[in-house]
This record gives sequence, C-alpha cells and structure tokens, in this order.
Amino acid sequence: MANEVAVLGVGMHPWGKWGRNFVEYGVKAARDALRDAGLEWQDIPFIVGGQTIRNGYPGYVAGATFAQALGWSGAQVASTYGACASGTQAINTARAHILAGLCEVALVVGADAAPKGFFAPAGGARSDDPDWLRFRLLGATNPVYFGLYARRRMELYGATELDFAKVKVKNSMHGSANPNARYKKTYTVDDVLQSPMVSDPLRLLQICATSDGGAALVLSSLEFAKKHTSRPITIAAVSTVTPRYPNTVIEMPNFATDSAVGVGVPDTPFKDSIAKGAYEQAGLGPEDLDLAEVYDLSSALELDWYENIGLCKPGEAERLLNDGATTLGGRVPVNPSGGLGCFGEAVPAQAIAQVCELAWQLRGDASGRQVEGAKVGLTVNQGLFGHGSSVIVKR
Amino acid sequence: MSGAKAQVAAIEGWFRMDPDDPRLLGTQCQACHTYFFPKETLACRNPSCDGTELKEVPLSRRGRLWSFTNNCYPPPAPFVAADPFEPYAVAAVELEEEKMVVLGQVVAGVDVTELAAGIEMELVLDTLFEDDDNEFMIWKWRPVAA
Ligand SMILES: [Zn+2]
Repeated sequence: MANEVAVLGVGMHPWGKWGRNFVEYGVKAARDALRDAGLEWQDIPFIVGGQTIRNGYPGYVAGATFAQALGWSGAQVASTYGACASGTQAINTARAHILAGLCEVALVVGADAAPKGFFAPAGGARSDDPDWLRFRLLGATNPVYFGLYARRRMELYGATELDFAKVKVKNSMHGSANPNARYKKTYTVDDVLQSPMVSDPLRLLQICATSDGGAALVLSSLEFAKKHTSRPITIAAVSTVTPRYPNTVIEMPNFATDSAVGVGVPDTPFKDSIAKGAYEQAGLGPEDLDLAEVYDLSSALELDWYENIGLCKPGEAERLLNDGATTLGGRVPVNPSGGLGCFGEAVPAQAIAQVCELAWQLRGDASGRQVEGAKVGLTVNQGLFGHGSSVIVKR
Repeated sequence: MSGAKAQVAAIEGWFRMDPDDPRLLGTQCQACHTYFFPKETLACRNPSCDGTELKEVPLSRRGRLWSFTNNCYPPPAPFVAADPFEPYAVAAVELEEEKMVVLGQVVAGVDVTELAAGIEMELVLDTLFEDDDNEFMIWKWRPVAA
C-alpha cells in the first residue's frame, strides 16, 4: 500500500495514421483523462510528457509542448525518454513525485506521429551510434531482431509458423471491438500465413506497424483519490530495471551480446527481471494475474513474454496459447485490447495505453473485450538500450 | 565484380581487412578477461571488475549459429541497398571462447532454408556496397559446410 498511487483518469486518442501533429493526439487524450478524473487542467500541479524523437524539438520537450497546448498554467513539468519504455518512465516520474509528497495529482501524456514503414534511425551520419550503425552495416531493421527471436523459438522449442499466426488471430479478435484500435479486422490463420514474408519466419501481418496515437493518465495519491472516486484503481508497481551484466541475449540495437567470460550469467535474464521487479514491489506473483498487456512487436514475441512474466515455463508458451488460456474467456487473457497487433506502435504513448487498458478492464468498462471480474493486471514492455518497463495495476 | 576499385573497410577498426584470415576486432579486459565487440576502450563494463586495461584482440573466426532470419525487403537508409534488391539472410553466431553472440549478414546465395541452429559458421570479408571509386567491405557469416 505504501508505494501505491491511484489512477483517477484515463484517456486516449484512437491509434491510426491520421497525418496530423502529435500534439493534437496528446491533448485529446489529456482532456479525456482530465474529464474522466473530474478535474480541470488548472488543478494539475505536475505534468510529465513521454518524448518522441521523430517530431522535432516539440517532441523532445513533450511535457512542455502539451502544457503549452493545454494553456500555460504554471505547473511543474518533466519530459522523459526511454525508447519504447518512455511512457513508463513518465508514469514512474509522476508516481515518484506523488509518493514523495511533492504533489497530490499529476498528468501523464504520451503521443506520437510516426513515419511510414520501417522505423529508421534519426537522420544524420553517426558512426558512433549503434542505432545508426545497425542499419548502415547490417540492415538490421527491428523485424530482423524479431525474426531472430522467433526462429530461436522454432529451433529451441519446436514452435511453428502456425503458432505465431494464432497469436495474431487471437489479438485481432480481441481488438475488433476496441474503439481505440487501429486495425479492427478479424484475421484467419490463412490470412496471416498468406501475407508476405518480411523477416523469416515473420510475415507482414505478424509484425507491428508504426502508428499515430495518444494516451494519458491522471495519477494521484490514495488520499486524494478517496475524495474523488468510489472505485479507485491503483498502480501497485512500476519496474524500470536495466539488464544485469552480462546480458547474453542479443538486443536491439546491438551488434553483439555481452560476453559471459568475466562473470557468470545472472540467475534472472533481463526480460524475466522486468516483471520480476514489478512482482516484488507489489508483493504479487504471476498466479495473481487476471490479465496482461504485453508488447507484441511480433506475434512470436508475445509467446516469449508469457514465459518472461511467469505465466508458464520456458518452452510452454505455445501450449498455453493453444489451450486458449490467453484468449478472452481463458485463465489469463493476454492483450485483451488487441495489443500492438491491432494498435501498431505509437512509441511514447504505448506503455501508457497499456495501463489505460488495464484501468478500463479493472473498472469493468472494457465493452466487447471485458475480462470478467479482473482485479490484477500487468503490463510489460522493453525499450531499446536497456529499458525495462512493467506496471502492475489492481483494484 | 569491379576488381579495379579500391577495397576499403565500411567501418574503420572493427575488423581485420585480411582476406585469408578476416577477424572481428574486439577488446579484452586484462583483469577479468571478458570480451567486448564493438571495442570498449574506456573501462571494463563488468560491474564487479575495476579493470581499465583493455587490449585489442581478434575474435574467433568460427562459431555456432544461434539464430537466423532474413531481409525480404530493402532496409531503409542509411543502409545502401542494391537495385534490384536481393533478399539476404542475417545470422546471430555464438562464439565459444568469447561466450558471446555476434550478428552479421550471411553471404549472398545462402537461403534461410539452408540454415539451422547449431551449424558451424565462419567469418568472411564481402562487399557491403560500392560507389564509383570504392568497394566498401564488411564482415559476413558463411556456413562452413557450404
Ligand atoms: Zn574486467
């Protein structure tokens, strides 16, 4: 309890390819979250923005950009960056201010307007930046790394292209009723397996697109929340851990793993340590979860996450999927929102959107995709350059 | 191929430009013996080690395939894609002595159907791209059996 904050309000701008400025998406999400919380913008003493690096200077100073668009109010401001984990960094910054007693309530906003096609590195030749070099020297796009992980599952555990396709089919069914999802079409296994191969064994329909979108949260102290809502949802944990040396799994944007010559491999690999950090903070375990929102940058990656967050042992994710445990109505539905497969990725908004979905689910407001009686949910995600990201939400 | 062009490394100091024994060039901490690629020169990154003496070392030329995939579409700039573009495989190769996994393109003409985790791979030099004067060279992986 001591380290919990309340989720008073949630808001989103639907994901899509709208072709407008990212500020518009963030402001819409922020206004919705404020309305949901029953608060006015000028009641907010602290705003945190998740930064976007593809929208010029306003994107780097996202917190101030949103504050100015909402109308300068004299609020304290912060902007955070952690690649795909930027949203969690923003949530954690707000949480820390509230728990430290520096403010009672805070607004967290992330929004992005994404370019078409593959994510390419930011412009300009930079021969000392691994994110530039991986494209230059290897053509190692994000799907290349996802392809390596997917093929590893096939080689190690006997996973099949059919298993990966079924993840996409499941998520497309989940997201078909979500008004904020970009892709609402329900796909069949044949649709998926007939889509063009991008990075073997992953096909176009199994790889997350880049999207425009915005998400926002109003967070507050538990005391403040008591005065404003009769059904508080709380954030019980925020994990933003880095890897432990040596990290022996190849990660974007690296050319090589760490070497395990100098010191042994840690007991908990990086991706396992992300949710573990959250479980430890919350005093909960995987058996307590009613649902999870995991970062399905590829359909195969969702299966890795089942194991990383402890839903099953390594090598058992395909069985969990095929038993229907992670489908709506199953034991622990994963990505009831439709996941990135239905949203595409709006980088600084995505981890915030995961928390929005958990809040709606725990309130019973997830019409058409409701996990009945959900009380505890977990988000998990990873930002490149070593950013863990996991949030536990409960009621 | 354009034999008249000068062969230059696509990136300076990352690998040895010796066609008979091409090697990736890493560094090794002289205190805990851990390896780094690309080279770490500042200080050892093992948090339990205060080593600051990092010596340049050639890495093993051979390793075992950890996983693999391919690019069916041309990657975006700054990659310089050939036109017409030919799909190529990418390999993650585990070096036994260094206990690390290193990425690289797979030489042209090796399809993913010819690859399997665990097979032995060998480092070779090959062309990354060319301009009017130069052939820019890079390391690639090639199945030893091929
Ligand atoms: Zn050392």
